[in-house]
Amino acid sequence: MTVPPMIAIEGLSKTYDSGFTALKNVSLTIERGEIFALLGPNGAGKTTLISIVCGLARASTGRVTIGGHDIVSDYRAARSLVGLVPQELTTDAFETVFATTSFSRGLFGKPPNPAHIEKVLKDLSLWDKKDSRIMTLSGGMKRRVLIAKALSHEPEVLFLDEPTAGVDVELRHDMWRVVRTLADSGVTVILTTHYLEEAEEMADRIGVINRGELILVQEKTELMKRLGSKQLTIELGTPLAAVPDSLAAYGLVLAAEGSELVYTYEAEAAGNAIAALLGDVAAAGLTLKDLRTEESSLEDIFVSLVRGSP
Amino acid sequence: MNIHAIIAIYRFEMARTRRTLLQSIVSPVLSTSLYFVVFGSAIGPHMNEIAGVSYGAFLVPGLIMLGLLTQSISNASFGIYFPRFVGTIYELLSAPVSAMETVIAYVGAAATKATMLAVITLATAALFVDMRIDHPFWMVTFLLLTAITFSLLGFIIGIWADNFEKLQLVPLLIVTPLTFLGGSFYSIDMLPPFWRTVTLFNPVVYLVSGFRWSFYGHSDVAIGISLAMTVVFMLICLAIVAWIFKTGYRLKR
Repeated sequence: MTVPPMIAIEGLSKTYDSGFTALKNVSLTIERGEIFALLGPNGAGKTTLISIVCGLARASTGRVTIGGHDIVSDYRAARSLVGLVPQELTTDAFETVFATTSFSRGLFGKPPNPAHIEKVLKDLSLWDKKDSRIMTLSGGMKRRVLIAKALSHEPEVLFLDEPTAGVDVELRHDMWRVVRTLADSGVTVILTTHYLEEAEEMADRIGVINRGELILVQEKTELMKRLGSKQLTIELGTPLAAVPDSLAAYGLVLAAEGSELVYTYEAEAAGNAIAALLGDVAAAGLTLKDLRTEESSLEDIFVSLVRGSP
Repeated sequence: MNIHAIIAIYRFEMARTRRTLLQSIVSPVLSTSLYFVVFGSAIGPHMNEIAGVSYGAFLVPGLIMLGLLTQSISNASFGIYFPRFVGTIYELLSAPVSAMETVIAYVGAAATKATMLAVITLATAALFVDMRIDHPFWMVTFLLLTAITFSLLGFIIGIWADNFEKLQLVPLLIVTPLTFLGGSFYSIDMLPPFWRTVTLFNPVVYLVSGFRWSFYGHSDVAIGISLAMTVVFMLICLAIVAWIFKTGYRLKR
C-alpha cells in the first residue's frame, strides 16, 4: 500500500466575491518530512493557498488532501494533522503562555499533556515565560507562542506563514534552528516567506507563486543550478582601456576602471568555456592577477522569475 | 465528537469570567439591590398587590429575566466576536471542531455564566423580599431554556456584528426595550386592551410570564403557550446558527 503524500493539491482556484481571482488552477504535492518554501511577492496568493488548506477559506474549485484525508469531507482527520502559525501576531493577550498553549492542544482534540506542553515551551525557550500573560511579551516571544500553540497537538505538518516577519536576526536564526529540528523529527514544514535568504537556508524544495499561479516548483539546489548564472571576475595586472577584439565573443564587461574583466555565464552551459576564455586571455597577452567567481542568489532567480511571469 | 475541544473552549470562556469576577458578580448584585431600593422599598409600598403577591416579590422573576436575557446575549456575542476582532478565530476555524461542538462550547459557557448571575440575582432578591417558588422544576426549565435561547441569539449577533457598535445595537435597541415592555415590572393585565394585544407580539412577554408562573402560579398567558414560544424561538436561533456554519457567513472567506 502506497503512503499518500502529506499534502496533495489538485486544480485549486479561488475567486473572491469581489471578483478577484487569488489562485488559478494550482496543483502541488508535498511529501512527508519535506521543508517546502512558497515564495511570492505581496498579493501573490501564498496566504490564500495556506488559508484554504488549513480551513480558513473555501476553495472555488479543486481538491486538497492532507495525509490522504480530504479537507472538506474528512476535515477532522485532515485538520488534526495540521499546525498553523499565522502571519499576524494574533494572540489571546490576557491568557498566560501555558494556558493558551494547553488550550490549543484541547482544541485539536488531544487530552491534556502538561509534559508535552513543557517540552514544547522549553524547545522554544518559553518555559521561563509560562506564567506570563501574552500581552507582556515582546513581538518575537509572541511569535514563539504562536509556534508553541501550533505544535501543542503534535502535528505532522506545520504551516508557517511568514514565520520570521518582524523578528530580529538572532531570533530568526533561532526559528530556523527550531524548524530544522522539527523537520529532522519527521514533521513536514511548509513556509511562506519574503526573506529569500530564509528559503535558501532552509527549504528542500521551493515553489514560486505569482498572481495566483504556481509558476515553478523545484528542488532548491536544482533550481539554483538550473537558473543560477555565475560570474567569473578576472583581475588584471595592468588596466585596459577596452576589451581586446580577440575576446569579443565572450561578451566580457570591463569593470573597476579597466582592471577587471567580468564574464557572465550559465552554470550548466559553461562546459569548457572558462578554460577556453583563460587560454584566450593568456594568448591576448593579458596578465592575470586574481580570479573569483560569484553565484547568483535565490533572490536574483526569484526576481527574474517573477518579472518573467505573465 | 471532539469532547476535548468543547472542554477547552468552555474552560477558556469561563476563565474570562473569572478574570472579570468583580464586574461579573458585583454588577448584577448592585443593580438588583438598586431596583429593590427604588421599586421595592420606595415605590412598592404605594402599589397594590398583584395576583396576591406584593409588588416587591412580583418584581423578582422579571428582574431575573431581564438580567438573564442581557447577560446571555452579551456573554455569547462577546465570546465569539472578540476572537474575530483580534484574529484568534483562525485557530478555531483550522481546528477539527464541528459547528455543533463550537456552539455547544460557546453557548454553553455563555448560558452557564448567565444562569450563575441569575442565581446571584435571586439570592440578592431574597434578602429584600419574601418570595416563594411554587414550581421549582419549571423555574429551572424556563431559566435554562431562556439562557440557552438568548445565548444562541447572542452568538448570532457576535457573528453578524463587524464592529463594537453593532455588537451593542441589538441588545440596546431591541432586547432591552422588549424586556422592559414585556411585563418585567408589571402584569400585562394592567394595560388597556389595545396595548395588551400589541404586547402579545413581544416574545419576551411569554418568557417573563412563564417564569413568573413558576414562582407564584400566576401568568399573563397560558403556561403551555409560554413554553411553546420559548422553544420556537430557540429552534429559530438554532436554524440561523446552522445556516451560518453551512455558508461560512462572516467566518470564512
